Amino acid sequence: MFDPNDIRHDFPILNVKVNGKPLIYFDNAATSQKPKQVIEAIENFYFLKNANVGRSIHTLAEEATELYFQSRKKVADFINATPEEVVFSSGTTESLNAIANVVAEKFLNPKDIVVTSILEHHSNLLPWVKVCKEKSCALKVVNANKNWTINIEKLEALLKEGAKVVSLTHVSNVLGTINPIKEVSKLVHSYDAILVVDAAQSVPHMPVDVKDLDCDFMAFGAHKMLGPMGTGVLYLKKRYADLIEPWNLGGGMIKSVKLLNEVPELSCCKVTYEDTPIRFEAGTPNVEGAVGLSAAIDYLSKLGMNSVLFHERQLVKYLLENLKGNSFEVYGPKDENSITGIVSFNLKGIHAHDVAYLLDKLAGIAVRSGHHCAQPLVNILGTVATVRASFYIYNTIEEINAFIEALKEVEKMLK
Amino acid sequence: MSSDHIYLDNLLDHYRNPRNYGEIKNPDFVIEDANLSCGDEVKFFVKFDKNKNVIEDIKFVSRSCAVCKASASILTELVKGKPISFVNSLTKKDVLNFFGGRIDPSREKCALLPLRALQSKTKAIEEDSHKNQKDLF
Repeated sequence: MFDPNDIRHDFPILNVKVNGKPLIYFDNAATSQKPKQVIEAIENFYFLKNANVGRSIHTLAEEATELYFQSRKKVADFINATPEEVVFSSGTTESLNAIANVVAEKFLNPKDIVVTSILEHHSNLLPWVKVCKEKSCALKVVNANKNWTINIEKLEALLKEGAKVVSLTHVSNVLGTINPIKEVSKLVHSYDAILVVDAAQSVPHMPVDVKDLDCDFMAFGAHKMLGPMGTGVLYLKKRYADLIEPWNLGGGMIKSVKLLNEVPELSCCKVTYEDTPIRFEAGTPNVEGAVGLSAAIDYLSKLGMNSVLFHERQLVKYLLENLKGNSFEVYGPKDENSITGIVSFNLKGIHAHDVAYLLDKLAGIAVRSGHHCAQPLVNILGTVATVRASFYIYNTIEEINAFIEALKEVEKMLK
Repeated sequence: MSSDHIYLDNLLDHYRNPRNYGEIKNPDFVIEDANLSCGDEVKFFVKFDKNKNVIEDIKFVSRSCAVCKASASILTELVKGKPISFVNSLTKKDVLNFFGGRIDPSREKCALLPLRALQSKTKAIEEDSHKNQKDLF
């Protein structure tokens, strides 16, 4: 276990004053703050190692390439994958869009069923809406059970009907509830279907082992786990990596490109792609992003992911105890052990935007308000917007005390 | 308390005691609009004098944040008894003036929803009447 007060000094932004008050940052499900170690790793890359990777043979290029591959190895070890299964992307959204497109192209036929759930972020819903329309497939959105995780019986019913693909979030970005992915993957595979997992809200907050979960594809981003924006990961199980055609084409991802005729004007090209994962990373990759993510993983690994989850749950437990009054409507499970560090609630009779706005202006507290890019879920909760407090490693009980006091002040103002 | 925010006394007054709040029986028209992305909904009920082109009476209901509700309340006070040409002459700047002339960019669409809603109808009426006048010649 760790004491957040021992690590806060690593996060320069926590010294910033917002509206005259020390920043209290409870918007970690949107993006996390970055420790000096990550910022310095990126700086060092540009100060000392910057070159394009996988191309030139000069020393600097070799070093940059080595750094990039070490970063990939670090990510692979962190989620218990092999480096061949780890493709860098610009983020969870790009990963999920790429997965939806290639899975549809390779494995879906008209009238096939694709399954997703009410718990999804729009990033794991809209790409499937698009590809299902293009491929004339049926998209089925499975409801949640009373614990706000996927309704397994309904999922199984759709698998029995022949569903080909199931794409599911690991952790809800609104409620913090954790889907039983291991159980789901056994079920999905017993019907020979494919399982895609949106891990944007799980990998930063809890141990995630792709072999243990046995998912076929997984997506997550660096910026919610202390890393830089614009960097993400697409995990694809080796057997799928070998079956899928690259979705981006260009430099750095081929073994050879040859003209089939000596006269260029008359010729077609014969292209041989590189092996996975290079074949999926056309163009100059985001090396600084990979290096930053690698430093973020070092930082999190030192704390231990079980400790990260434990710490967040301590904070959630304390907050939930303080939100028990009649003034609050708390959404989702009230048991900290079934969620990660996310609590969605409303001050009864007051719009979430008013609460979020005044928390910021009166107390320098950053929370998210709205539908959190999960409009169907928020509507099913019976509202149009919630206030979402989401925690990370540097948050403290003292900050939650200030939060509770500020909520009382907001209520007094608007009631 | 810091006063560097838009929840000034005027706004809070209109939020707590919205003017012209409620429904009108047999309105000449009803206008509904929403900012779905943030969950603000506003609905106006209007009694309209076609001969004079004047808004005789106006009421509203809303399910919205304080900024949107106060903006609608202030707007109803402003346009009641006025010709629609006046309604159509109102601008974003006029609405921002409700809130002391400035508003955080993230809250602008909350403040502007009521005017956008009302003008969607009043502008259409004005265009129709211009068209009819042209048709007369």
